[in-house]
Amino acid sequence: MSAARDVTDATFAAEVLNNDKTVMVDFWAPWCGPCRAVSPILDAIAEAHADKLDIVKVNVDEYPDLAAEYNILNIPAMKVFKGGVVVKTVVGAKPRPALEQDLAEFLG
Amino acid sequence: MRDLVIIGSGPAGYTAAIYGARADLKPLVIASSVAMGGDLMTTTDVDNFPGFPEGVMGPDLMMGMQAQAERFGAELLFDDATKLELSGPVKRITVGNGDVIEAKTVVLSMGSEYRKLGLEDETRLSGFGVSWCATCDGAFFRNRAVAVIGGGDSAMEEATFLTRFAETVYIVHRSDQFRASAAMLSRAKADPKIQFITGAVVDGILGAETVAGISLTNTDGSTRVLDIEGLFIAIGSDPRTSLVADQVELTPEGNIAVAGRSSVTSIPGVFAAGDIIDPTYRQAVVAAGSGAVAALDAQHYLESNTH
Repeated sequence: MSAARDVTDATFAAEVLNNDKTVMVDFWAPWCGPCRAVSPILDAIAEAHADKLDIVKVNVDEYPDLAAEYNILNIPAMKVFKGGVVVKTVVGAKPRPALEQDLAEFLG
Repeated sequence: MRDLVIIGSGPAGYTAAIYGARADLKPLVIASSVAMGGDLMTTTDVDNFPGFPEGVMGPDLMMGMQAQAERFGAELLFDDATKLELSGPVKRITVGNGDVIEAKTVVLSMGSEYRKLGLEDETRLSGFGVSWCATCDGAFFRNRAVAVIGGGDSAMEEATFLTRFAETVYIVHRSDQFRASAAMLSRAKADPKIQFITGAVVDGILGAETVAGISLTNTDGSTRVLDIEGLFIAIGSDPRTSLVADQVELTPEGNIAVAGRSSVTSIPGVFAAGDIIDPTYRQAVVAAGSGAVAALDAQHYLESNTH
């Protein structure tokens, strides 16, 4: 798998909570400029590190319950899940080197 | 080697690219990896850019400028300049992927970056209720109370936008004088959801996991706590000069110094445009005009240095 996939209310448990791999969830919305800017960067990271990290996307307009459950207050917000638990949160659009640095512990 | 490289993709950068491309300089725009289009990409209605009688959405305006620059042959690179070596006749620009680009002239149009309050908990709660982008984050504060800090146009715009979602929007400003334009200020004052708190300084952000309130000190020395869940900081911005501050002359205000009404900096072949040179006006249309000046100055420099 390569580019970041969309997940929904229905697939969140399987794709994120019960995923054996580390998963980063990108909470985003179509009207959020910084979200759109960071989206291709996340695709590139997903592709480059496909063996270590899954990256999926939640559209907070379509799935506000997921956004509320994870207490999303700013987007883009990227939450890293391990074993169904949030272990790291990165907020805001950042250039690829900065994001990879934030995620270094999961990419190594 | 390139004739012209433009750093930044706001109104100044894209207008320089339009003029540079039409002068056949085949400009390359280093457009940033995450902030392409500049500050207007997170702005909603732009009602003061000439030529749009019904207003225009900030992102639409910037996409239009980008398309116009590309139409004349400007190239865009969606990466960040990480190092600039500007002295000497060949300028070297290092970008995020490690490539080094050489150019005869450079236009610096990196704009400005949002100012922080400078409070201890600001970074910790950034993304957890502290925000610099109402259009990105406003919807998460539906039926809650939020505060906008600042007294300029951007504070008024953010507050007005936030009334779509929030129950109450406080505008907290340290003075009772506002820098905001009369039109923006009166629109905010007329809004029943907006309450003004003037003569008050934010001196603390409360909240363990997410923002739960701010503490304010009034000019008379009294203090109060304002219960809010979202804090939007709009106290202005500083010119984004960190890549060039040790190479090019700056003004006492911290902008890049230019000669008179031109874009000519202290380094031959290096020109500057937009908010990065502007301590005063900081308008999209002013930045665009300034970008045109920079491209024309670069064109003139190239012509005088080949003959």
